[in-house]
Order: sequence, then structure tokens, then C-alpha cells
Amino acid sequence: MAKRVSLSGNEAAAFAMKQIDPDVVAAYPITPSTEIPQYFSQFVANGEVNSEFVAVESEHSAMSACIGASAAGARTMTATSSQGLALMWEMLYIAASMRLPIVMTVANRALSGPINIHNDHSDSMGARDSGWIQLYSESAQEAYDNIIQAIRIAEDPRVSLPVMVCMDGFITSHALETLEVLEDEEVKKFIGEYNPDDFLLNADHPIAMGPLDLQSYYFEHKRQEQDAMDNAKQVILEIAEEYEKLTGRKYSHFEKYALDDADIAVVVLNSTAGTAKVVVDDLRSQGIKAGLLKPRTFRPIPGKEIFDALKNVKAVAVMDKADSFGAYGPLFTDIRNIMFDNKDIKIVNYIYGLGGRDVGTKDIEMVYNDLMDIVKTGKVYEVKKYLGVREKGGEEVWQL
Amino acid sequence: MSEKVYKTGQDASWKELPKAGIIYEAGNAREFKTGDWRVKKPEYYADKCIQCLFCWAYCPESAIIVEDGKVVGIDYDHCKGCGICAVECPDRASAIQMVIE
Repeated sequence: MAKRVSLSGNEAAAFAMKQIDPDVVAAYPITPSTEIPQYFSQFVANGEVNSEFVAVESEHSAMSACIGASAAGARTMTATSSQGLALMWEMLYIAASMRLPIVMTVANRALSGPINIHNDHSDSMGARDSGWIQLYSESAQEAYDNIIQAIRIAEDPRVSLPVMVCMDGFITSHALETLEVLEDEEVKKFIGEYNPDDFLLNADHPIAMGPLDLQSYYFEHKRQEQDAMDNAKQVILEIAEEYEKLTGRKYSHFEKYALDDADIAVVVLNSTAGTAKVVVDDLRSQGIKAGLLKPRTFRPIPGKEIFDALKNVKAVAVMDKADSFGAYGPLFTDIRNIMFDNKDIKIVNYIYGLGGRDVGTKDIEMVYNDLMDIVKTGKVYEVKKYLGVREKGGEEVWQL
Repeated sequence: MSEKVYKTGQDASWKELPKAGIIYEAGNAREFKTGDWRVKKPEYYADKCIQCLFCWAYCPESAIIVEDGKVVGIDYDHCKGCGICAVECPDRASAIQMVIE
């Protein structure tokens, strides 16, 4: 029987980890994900889990310890944010290339510099090409559900890749929310026992992992990573279907909100999608056909499915909470690439909310208004725009 | 562990090679012949050898062949020609000398 509880995003993540009861958690505290290892180490101290908690001296060591534990055959989890994820960077690629099913919660936070502790997606977008599966979560409920499903996705033999579950730092990680959680037994049954095919502590079949891999083999092993990502698309859907039977909560590669008959649409990740839904409802009540597409799976990106979901939309705004200076936002780059063969759609990019700059319904209304102008005139004057940055000083500042 | 079907070697495709470069066979470095890296070759003179086994202990490639506790020769398939054996061989014996191949 599911029960309703009141938890913050970090509490929900730690609670999911408690129910999963992994063999090893190696983590280092960093704002805003600090509470996840903090709460989890409390569970360890209280004897509520059987996990081995490894207190390390840095995130580089945290990911290294996770890699060692996972290679040894342990179900392994961790959590981090921002600089912590950046410090893990070289180890992220090793975890993915060794095909270790580590599950990590990321409470998204802006990367320094200038130093900033608030939310944007520059940290996880920086790890985009590391070979990790990335799932994004609008709410604490979605973070909880994604973490439980991530265990199954990562450990599926067709996939065998690490998974990053992202949620917005502070906005989701620290806000209390009412959510529905499963019973411990239900989680245990859903994730099952972890029985890896290959692991270092298997004395009956000694193996070597992570060997030097030069010109003759490296390329083939990287090609295998792409294959695992391709397989993940199907596996993510299968596990979502099973999870829906258990919980009644439906997950897919992305959520469509009033999208099927929409003329204009916004594509946005994580908590801002919640704000955008309010705007969509408001515009719909005025008879404006506005919609929303909220990706859940960012890596692997479900290209064909997104192409079909957006094919009848006339203008799309892709909102990125991370920038690629001298280019476009990472989500926009993917979405416009996917839609390339549909010449009827105008697609624009908004960089928003960097360093935790608040983005409210008024800001998102402006985006939809711009889209309506694009549909009316058929013209795009600026492909990449900045939403909510001060273009002018003085009294005009607050007259958005 | 399920017994997997896999191939190794440079004619194996990415679909056939073991996942992530995992090496299932223990001790298969033996198959990798490093002898052709060599510029200088150690010559072993059995008549001068005092069987101190220093060469065997210091060789980084396990290329000193020992049978029944005695050095009998050098494994040229794996010897990289580093010369450590010749340096470690005591002066009063000088049973190993490096020569240009």
C-alpha cells in the first residue's frame, strides 16, 4: 500500500536510497545535495540499512570508490551537485566506459565561477557526453520515482550504464512536498536482487576490468556504449510501464502537456516545467493553443519520439538553464537537430535562470507571446535570447 | 555467471568483443609478445652463471626462464631488452651481457 508523506527533494532521494538499501554508498557533501548523504549516513548509523557508507575526502574519491565498489559487484549509489560533479568529471567517463550501473542523484546547481550555490543545469549539462544516462525530475515525487526506476535501468544487462537522476537544487531539493511513496517491501520486490554477470570478487571466474585499450579496440568499446544507450530507450519504457502498474504514476521519455493540438510549445526541463504548466492552463483558458514538452530522458535523447510529438507545432521555444557560450543551449541544440527535417517549425532558444535567477509565470508568458508573434509574422529575429537578464539599468529594471 | 559467446582479436566486431574490454581469460598477457620491442638483447652464458637468481628477481617481464631452481635461459618472446638483468648480474660472474641484435 502506498502512503502519502511530506518530504523535501533531498529527503525523498535519501528515502528512496534507504528503501533500495544499496551495498555501498560513497559520497562527499556539497550544497545543495549535502542532505542526501547526511540523511543516508543517519540511516546507516541507526542500522536501518545494510549499506557500507564510505566517507571520502573529495568527489573525485567518491566516484572512484563507487567505481571500485560497483566493479567488485556491489549495488552502488551516490549523490552530488555542481563543483562536486565537476570534480568527478574524469571518473564519470570511467564509470560509464566500464559499464558500471551506479545510480547518482544530482541536485542541480550552477557551476562556479563566479561562485554561486543556486540552481541551474550547467553541472549536469557539463556531464552530458560522459556516457551516463540522464533522467530529469520536475518534483520530489519524480525524483523519488526516477531513483527507484534508475536502479532497474542501470542494471538491465541490455543497458549496464550508470544513471544520473537530476532535480533542481533548492527549488526541488529543499522544498517540502507531499508525495506518495511505496512500502519498503514493494521497492525491494521491484528492484530485485542485484546479480551482475561480471564482477571482480567472483573467485570462480577471475576477470580483469578496465584494461589499457588502444587503437585496435577503444573505438569498438565506445561503439558498444552507443549501443547500450540505444537499448536504454526501450528499457526505460518497459520499466516505466512496470512501475506504472505498481504505482499508477505514468512515466515515459517525456511528458506532453496540452501538446497534441498545440500551435506553440515550450520545451523545458525540471521544475520550470511546473511553472510553465500554470501558464499553459492560463493561455488555454483564453483559447490560445499553447503546449509543453518536458523531457525526462535527456541521455539517451528520444529523437524519433520528440520529432513526432512536436511535428504539428508551429513554433517552439527551447528553454535552457545552461549556456554554451559562443553557441546555443544544449537542449536547444538537440531539439533543433531532431526537428531539422521538419521545415515548417520555427525553433528558438531561451537561456534562463542562470545561477538561480527566479523565473516566474510572467517570464514564461513572454516566451509564449514571442512564439505567437513568430507564428503571426512567420519571422524569427533572434534565435538565441536571454530571459530575465537585465538589459537595461535604472527604473526599467523591474518593469519586466 | 552465464557463459557468454564472445570473440577477441582484431577481426572481431564491436558486437562480438566482450563488453567494456573485460578480459575473461586469466594470465593472457603471455600471448602478447613484446620481444620485438627490443633493441639490445641479453646474452646468457651458462658457464659463468653462479645461480644467484638476481636476474630472475629483478626482471620486470618474468623473462628469465628458471627450471628446478636454476636459470636456464631467457624468454626472448617477452624480453624487452631493458638490460636490468645484465646490470644486476654480479661483476664476478658477468653471465649476462647486452649485445646489439
